[in-house]
Amino acid sequence: MSKRTIFCNAHLIDPASKLDTKGGLVVEDGKIADVGAGMFADIDRNAPDVIDCHGLVLSPGLIDMRVSTGEPGSEHRETLESASRAALAGGITTIIVMPNTDPVIDEPSLVDFIRRRAEVTAKVHVLPMAALTRHLAGEVMTEIGLLKEAGAVAFTDGDRTISNTRVLRRALSYASSFDALVVGHAEDPNLTEGTAVNECEYAMRLGLPAAPALAETMIVERDIRLVEMTGARYHFGQISCRASLEAIAKAKAHGLPITCGVSAHHLALNELDVGTYYTFMKVKPPLRSESDRLSMVEGVASGIIDVIVSSHDPQAADTKRQPFAQAAFGAAGLETLLPVALGLYHDGSADLRHILKRMTSTPAKLLGLDCGVLKKGAPADLVLIDTDRPFVVEPDLLRSRSKNTPFKGRLFQGQAMKTFVGGECVFDRGAPR
Amino acid sequence: MSTAYPPILQSSHLLGIQGLSVGEITKLLDLAEEYVALGRAKDKKVAVLKGRTVINLFFEPSTRTQSSFELAGKRLGADVMNMSVKTSSVTKGETLIDTATTLNAMRPDILIVRHQNSGAVSMLARKVNCCVVNAGDGSHEHPTQALLDALTIRRRGKSFQGLTVAICGDVLHSRVARSNIYLLGKMGARVRLIGPKTLMPAEVTRYGVETFTDMKEGLQGADIVMMLRLQLERMSGAFVPSTREYFRYWGLDREKLAYANPGALVMHPGPMNRGVEIDSAVADDIEVSLVHEQVEMGVAIRMAVLDALGRGLAAGGRIV
Repeated sequence: MSKRTIFCNAHLIDPASKLDTKGGLVVEDGKIADVGAGMFADIDRNAPDVIDCHGLVLSPGLIDMRVSTGEPGSEHRETLESASRAALAGGITTIIVMPNTDPVIDEPSLVDFIRRRAEVTAKVHVLPMAALTRHLAGEVMTEIGLLKEAGAVAFTDGDRTISNTRVLRRALSYASSFDALVVGHAEDPNLTEGTAVNECEYAMRLGLPAAPALAETMIVERDIRLVEMTGARYHFGQISCRASLEAIAKAKAHGLPITCGVSAHHLALNELDVGTYYTFMKVKPPLRSESDRLSMVEGVASGIIDVIVSSHDPQAADTKRQPFAQAAFGAAGLETLLPVALGLYHDGSADLRHILKRMTSTPAKLLGLDCGVLKKGAPADLVLIDTDRPFVVEPDLLRSRSKNTPFKGRLFQGQAMKTFVGGECVFDRGAPR
Repeated sequence: MSTAYPPILQSSHLLGIQGLSVGEITKLLDLAEEYVALGRAKDKKVAVLKGRTVINLFFEPSTRTQSSFELAGKRLGADVMNMSVKTSSVTKGETLIDTATTLNAMRPDILIVRHQNSGAVSMLARKVNCCVVNAGDGSHEHPTQALLDALTIRRRGKSFQGLTVAICGDVLHSRVARSNIYLLGKMGARVRLIGPKTLMPAEVTRYGVETFTDMKEGLQGADIVMMLRLQLERMSGAFVPSTREYFRYWGLDREKLAYANPGALVMHPGPMNRGVEIDSAVADDIEVSLVHEQVEMGVAIRMAVLDALGRGLAAGGRIV
C-alpha cells in the first residue's frame, strides 16, 4: 500500500504554471500525484492522512541557490545537518552549497562526499556546486565534465572573482561544452582588497576601508563580454547595485544567457546598517546605498533579478567578535530568506507568485532540477506559509549553529509553518493558528 | 576628588569628538588650563586620582601619546600600568575582547586604548565596566589630539569663530584629521583640507569643508596650518609616487607658508617626517611652529580628560 497524503483547503501557488488559487493537492510515494483548483473542497478535514491547510499558502519548497556550511572543515560554524534544520524552518527544501570549504570541492570524490554525507545527516536536499578552478585559485579549471557527472549542479569560485580573464574565458568556453552553469562573483579583487564596506560618507566617518560599488559593475560588464564571446550559461550569484542591474538588463535584452541573483540582506539593509561597527553587517559584496537597495527591489519586481538567495554564511564568535576590519564577512540567512522576501509582497513591491518564482521554479530551471513546481510527478517538496504571521528575530532561537544574523530584533511578517520533503513533514512550527 | 567638583562629561568614556558637545569641549579646555599651570609649577603632582588604576593598553606602537598619558595619570596621583602589544597575549591568538575582559577583571578605573582598527576601542568599551579613553583607533578618531590642538590654538589668543584652519596631507588615513574636523567645526572654525586626491576620502566634501589639491591656493587666508604625518609605506608609489614629489607639492616650506595669513601658525601632531611633509626651516622656527607647545598641552589635556572621567567615577556614575 502506498502512502497517500491529501492537502486540502490550501491557497495553492505554483509560479511555474501560474497557479494561484484555492485548492488541494495529493501526494503519493513522495511525489505529487495530483494538484488543482477546488480539489478536496468537501473532504473530511479531520480524516487521517488529510492535512487541513487552513487557507494558508502551499508553495513548492524553496530552493536556496547560495548557501555556505562549514562542512567539511569548519563544523563548529555549521554542519550539513544544522544547516538542514535551519533551512527547513525557513521553508527551504533544497540548498545549493558552495564549494569554498576545507578542502575545496574541486574533485568528483568530494562532490560525492557532500551528497552521501547529506543523505545520511540532512533532511533537506543538498546539492553541491563545484569549484570552477582548482583550489579556487583562479588559475587552472576543474574537471567540469566529471564533476557534473558526480552531481555538481553548477560551477563557481564562491565569493572570489577570477581576475585572470584568459582563465575565465577558457573556463566559460569549456563549461559551455557541457552546458554547465557557471556562477560568478563580481568584485574587482584589486579595488576591494583589504576593504570592509561600501565607499560612502558613513564609511569615511567611521574611518573604515571602503571600495566603490563600481568594483562590482566593472566585473559584471567584463563577464557579460566573455559570455557574449563564449556562449556559456552564466549566473551572477549576487549583485548589489543599480549600475550592475542596468548592465545585466541590457545583456538580457540582447538575448545573452545571463541571469542574476540578489541576497535577502541586500534587499533589506543598506550601508547605514553598519551602525556602530556592527560586524554582523559585514557581508560580501558590502551593503550598499539606499538607492542601490531600492534598485534591487525594483530588479526583483521587474524580473531582471531572477533569483533571491539567503547567501547564508555562518560565522562563529571567534571570526565575528573582532574589530570591524578584521572580522569575517558573512551573514546567517536561511531562516530569514522567506520573511525578507515576503516583505516585498507586504510592501506592494511585487506579487507573491512573482516573488516565490525567484526561489522555486527559476532556480530549478537554471540548475536543471525537477523540483520547485506543483506538478503531477514532481517531488512533493512543499512549504506551507503563513504570510501574515508576525515574529521577531531572536538569534538564540535560530537553528543554525552560528547566530550571525544581521536581522537581530527585527520584526517580520510571514513564516514557514510546515515544510515537507518527499511528502514527509520534516518541519512543523506547531504554533496554533 | 570629591563630588563637589561639577561633572564635565556626560559619558563615562571618551571615544571621539563626535560624541562631545561644545560645552563639554570648552569645560575640558578650561580644566586643562589649570593643569598647564600645574605642569609649570615645582610640585607637579595632585591627588585627584589617588588610589585609581589607569591602564595604558596600546596595540599600536606609540611613544608620545603613551608617555603623555602615563605622565598625565601619574601627575594626578593614579597608579599607571603600561601594556604594549608585544608583551600581551594578543600575539598568541587571544581576541581583543578576551584581552579586554581579562584586564577588566583586574578592576582598573580607566583604560586608555590605542588600536590599529577603526571601531576597536568602542567595541572594547562595550565589554568592560571601567572608563575607556580612545587614544587613537585606526582611521576613525584621536580625540585627545584634537583637544590638545584646540587648547594650543586657544592659548595663542585665537577665537575659533571665524578662524580658518588648513589641514594638509593624508586625510584619508588620518584619525587626527577626522577628530580635528569635528572639533573645529563644532567650535565655529572654517576648515580646509589640502592634499592629493589619492589621500582624500571619496566623499570628503560631505564634511562641509573646502578641499584643495593646490597647497598655495588652499593656504591663502589660513590662520593655522595643521600638517599631517604621512606614513612612510604610503609614499612609495601606492598613494603618492615619491617623497620628493610629495614634498615639492604638499610639503610645507617657507615659500608655501608665505601664502597663508601673516602670523599664521604651524602645527604637527608628530612625529615629523622632515623633508617630506614639513621643511626643517619651518618646523624649527619658534616664531611659527607650535609643535613643542602641542606636546606640553598634550599632557595637560590628558590630565583634564582623566580628571573628568575620575569625577564621573567619584560621583558614582554608572559606566555608560
